[in-house]
Order: sequence, then C-alpha cells, then structure tokens
Amino acid sequence: MAISTITARGTNMSETITPGATLEPVASQDGGTTRKMTLNMGPQHPSTHGVLRVLLELDGETVVKAQPEIGYLHTGIEKQCETKTYQQAITLTDRVDYLANLSNNLCYCLAVEKLLGIEAPPRAVWTRVLLTELTRINSHLVWLGTHALDLGAMSMFFYATRDREEVLKIFEMFSGQRLMTSYFRIGGLALDHPRGGLAAVKKFLEFFPPKIDEYETLLDNNPIWKNRTIGVGVMPVEQMLAMGLTGPMIRAAGIPWDARKDEPYSGYQNFEFDVPTRTENDVYARYRVRMEEMRQSVRIMTQALEGMPEGAYQADAPKVVLPQREKMKTQMEALIYHFKIVTEGVHVPPGEVYQVIESPRGELGYYIVSDGTSKPFRVHMRTPSFGNIQGLGPMCEGGLIADTIAAMGSMDFVLGDTDR
Amino acid sequence: MISEALQEDILVQALVERFGDAIESGTVQNEQTILYVSAGSIVAVCEYLRGEHMFNRASSVTALDWYPQEPRFEVVYLVHSLKEKQRIRLKVRVSGENPTVDSVTGVWPGANWYEREVFDLFGVKFTNHPDLRRIMMPEEWEGHPLRKDFPIHGHKYDYGEGN
Repeated sequence: MAISTITARGTNMSETITPGATLEPVASQDGGTTRKMTLNMGPQHPSTHGVLRVLLELDGETVVKAQPEIGYLHTGIEKQCETKTYQQAITLTDRVDYLANLSNNLCYCLAVEKLLGIEAPPRAVWTRVLLTELTRINSHLVWLGTHALDLGAMSMFFYATRDREEVLKIFEMFSGQRLMTSYFRIGGLALDHPRGGLAAVKKFLEFFPPKIDEYETLLDNNPIWKNRTIGVGVMPVEQMLAMGLTGPMIRAAGIPWDARKDEPYSGYQNFEFDVPTRTENDVYARYRVRMEEMRQSVRIMTQALEGMPEGAYQADAPKVVLPQREKMKTQMEALIYHFKIVTEGVHVPPGEVYQVIESPRGELGYYIVSDGTSKPFRVHMRTPSFGNIQGLGPMCEGGLIADTIAAMGSMDFVLGDTDR
Repeated sequence: MISEALQEDILVQALVERFGDAIESGTVQNEQTILYVSAGSIVAVCEYLRGEHMFNRASSVTALDWYPQEPRFEVVYLVHSLKEKQRIRLKVRVSGENPTVDSVTGVWPGANWYEREVFDLFGVKFTNHPDLRRIMMPEEWEGHPLRKDFPIHGHKYDYGEGN
C-alpha cells in the first residue's frame, strides 16, 4: 500500500483552523466570488454527547476541513492511578468509559492478573463474559438511541432507553451499582451472584431479542434513516487502520478483526459466535454491524448462562484476594493477609504488560508497568474513542455539515473514554 | 543484548540483521516482545516494520518517566500487525534534558494524537511532527502532568486570570 493512499485525505492536518479568520476567496457558481468560512461546533453541542469541539472550515454547506479538539473532559485518570493501590485503581477504570464500565474493569483486572501470575476461577471467568457482553448491549443501546435521535428518529431513543433500564437493573443486582459497577476485582469478582441474578439475566435474554427486531422495523427501511446514513461517512479502509480506528468502524469496512477471536482473553475461545462484518463502510453499515453484534452478544450470554460453573468466584491467592469474613474470624493467617492487603495493598512483581480486549467501541488496551510496589508505576489506557475520533477529520471532509453529525454518531465515541 | 527467548524469533533476527546495533536489546515479558531501539533509528525501524512486515497500525504511543534516573524517559510504541496477528513493543530511551525523538506520524498517521499526548503530558518533543500542540491540557498550561516530579495536587490554586 502506497503512502499516498493513506494521506489521500486529511493531508493538510498540520494547518490549524483559526475561528473567525478571513479565508481565501473561492469562485461561486454564478461567476462571482465568495469566501470560505469557519464554524465552531461545540464544545457544548447536543450531537457531540459530551464536550467535543469540532472546528469546521466550510465552502457553502460543504465541509472542506474538520478538526476535532479534545481534552475538555481530561481528569488525569492515568496520573491518579499512580497514586492508588492496584485494588483502588479499579474504581477509576469505571470512570474512563462510563458506558462500558465492566469492559474497563475486565481489561484492567486481566492485565494485573497477568503481572501477578494468577488466574480467576471458572465461575468468575464465565460471569465476566456474561456481564461484559451485557455491557456491550448496554453501550450499543445508548449509541442506537442517541444516534437515531441526532438523525431525527426521536422515538428510537425512548425504546432504547426503556430497554437499557433492564440492563441497568441487572448491573444493580450484581454489583449494587447501575453505572460505576467495579464488580470485577483482581482475581475474580467482588461478590458471588446475587439471589435471582442469573434468573434475571435469563429473563432478559428472552425479552431482548424480539426488541432488536422491533428496532429494525423502525429503522431498516425507514427512508429518512436510509437517506441520512447510506453512502455517508465513507473513508478508505487502509487509512482508517493507519489512523487508529478500531472496532465496529473497521468491521463495517469488511475487516473481521475482533480481539475476542484474534487474541482471545477471558475464555472467549470457548464460546461460539460470529463476527459480523459489512463492506459498504458507511454509517448504515456501522448501524447494521452493531445491531448484529447485539444478537451475537445474546448468543454468547446464552452459552455463558447455560454453562455457568459452580464453585469459587475468587482465585485461591491469599496475598491478593481479600479473605472471606468467616475465615478472618477463625484463621490467624487470613486476618494477617486481610490487614496486609488493606493497609499496604498488593505487591505486584516488577514487569509490564499490554492487555487488549474488545470493548463495545473497539480495541481497549491497558498498558501497565509495575516497579514492584503496591501502586502501579504507570497505567496507560489505549482507549478506542481516542483512536476513533482521530479519524473524524478525514471522514467528514467533502461531506455536508449535516453528514458530520451522522459520521460522529456512527463513531460511537464517549468523551470520558477519549480524554481520560 | 537480545534475550535467549528471542534468538529464534524470525522478526527480531530480521531486524538485527538489517539494523545491527540500532536494536539495543530485546526481552520477552508475559509472552510479549519488547525491543529497545536507538533514538536515531526509530523512524527507519518503523518504516521497515510497516513496509516489510505488515505492521499496518500503531496501537498507541506512550511514555514512561523513570525520574530521577537518566536517561529519564522511555517512549513506548505499541505496534500491531493485523495480518500476522502480532504485536510488538518498541522502546526508545530519551534523556531528561531537552527530550526529543523523531516523529513516526509519517509512518502511521494515527500516531499524531498519541505523540501530541506524550508531548503534552510528558514534555517529550517530536521532531517533524505536523501539529505538535497540547491536546489534553489548556494551551497556556505550565508543566507536564504525567511526569513523576509533577505534584498530584497543589500545582496551582488559582486558575483564573492574573494568577
């Protein structure tokens, strides 16, 4: 592949748009001259779903250049992780991507477990798969509702939020929290399944698949939806890869790359599922891919539910996992370990690891470096939204302003995930 | 010094053959390959990896601050080949005084924002970068928050005008 194909669009990335600047004149259709203009979209704009600022350079209604500016939600989570013990830092990972909190918990825990050389027991592993797939449905529902709302299909938002409520109820049953769950811990889970927890999941799995069909009846053949999405936001696939786009964006361009298949983690190799792909590489294709992914998530969850193993939900690693209350009252060692873990934290051997998982948005990676103490030396989060937004400029160039909204929606970014 | 585990690795062999001493050392940790590359050769190595070995994307670029050790910084490149399903990690050691590395945006345009982030939060400069501005912090911010000698709080109490 030649470099020229990569930089075919977005070649002028080095030039910064200055809002309000006088731009060079361009010839208008009736023979006179007119000027290009700059438009400042955001940081407070309803369709950015967070605080994203996009500077647009316009020729009439056509976008000549789009330049996303991020950082408005930067809270220094990576820096904060360095001041917390490994256990405490889990609560920060929820807040990175608040729509895929369990995916972040999972990625962090898997990385630390690799550094420690421990593995979660089967029950914990299967529960993790069950709930991260539920997270994928949760995230895709929010995306579907808001994306459709942006493009004028308001009722879709109500249906999606209504059904997301059922997912949040399940999260609340398992972890006590609807959003910031912190349910996965180093070495297993925070708690065993609640009474009736699996029954609630089973009920959801019966309730949810017909709802996907229902959404599709609203959108699949809806002429407005199709006009707004088909052929919009197209970008050469090699450029997408080189720019760092991942996840459903890439799969809608025909590349069946899914970390669950290609770099299996947390026992995903035991599950049967397909990786949905499309080749059109437009906003509509991304919609189709995500709808199909929800069906595949249901399929994985059904298998996880049927094969849910009995037994321990935390690894047998007394120096890492907090002891059971009963043991603490009867065994001296358990009490000592409890005291050590709570006061000092877990000492992780020196080393480093890069753990990748497939979050609802794409490649989520945690790069953790340990210096042997109980606090991480460095936690770098390779978040999918950050990589995806970077492609927004080239994707919008040459399209209309209204298509910018469609392209942004199809990226499904979360600004907390971008800015960390 | 290439560790024993990598002696048989075809990719590492090819790199050592091509670049010789520019590949300073290599280890395997948690089944992941880490190669230290000399600062002058990083762009050439990346170009070679992309051109000859299908490493078509840089997953991320980040840095580590080993303050007060010297060389202080390590710039870390997480490189990924979709076709070979292979990941390697390249590292470049950078001195704490006027830390500078060549930019790899010419190889992978996606490195653009990641290098801006390293510049913003660690203060490592990238030469030949097309748009080296702060990305997370405000433009007028002083200091680089992810450096180890940057305080977690108490940096400034007044963020308004005239501070």
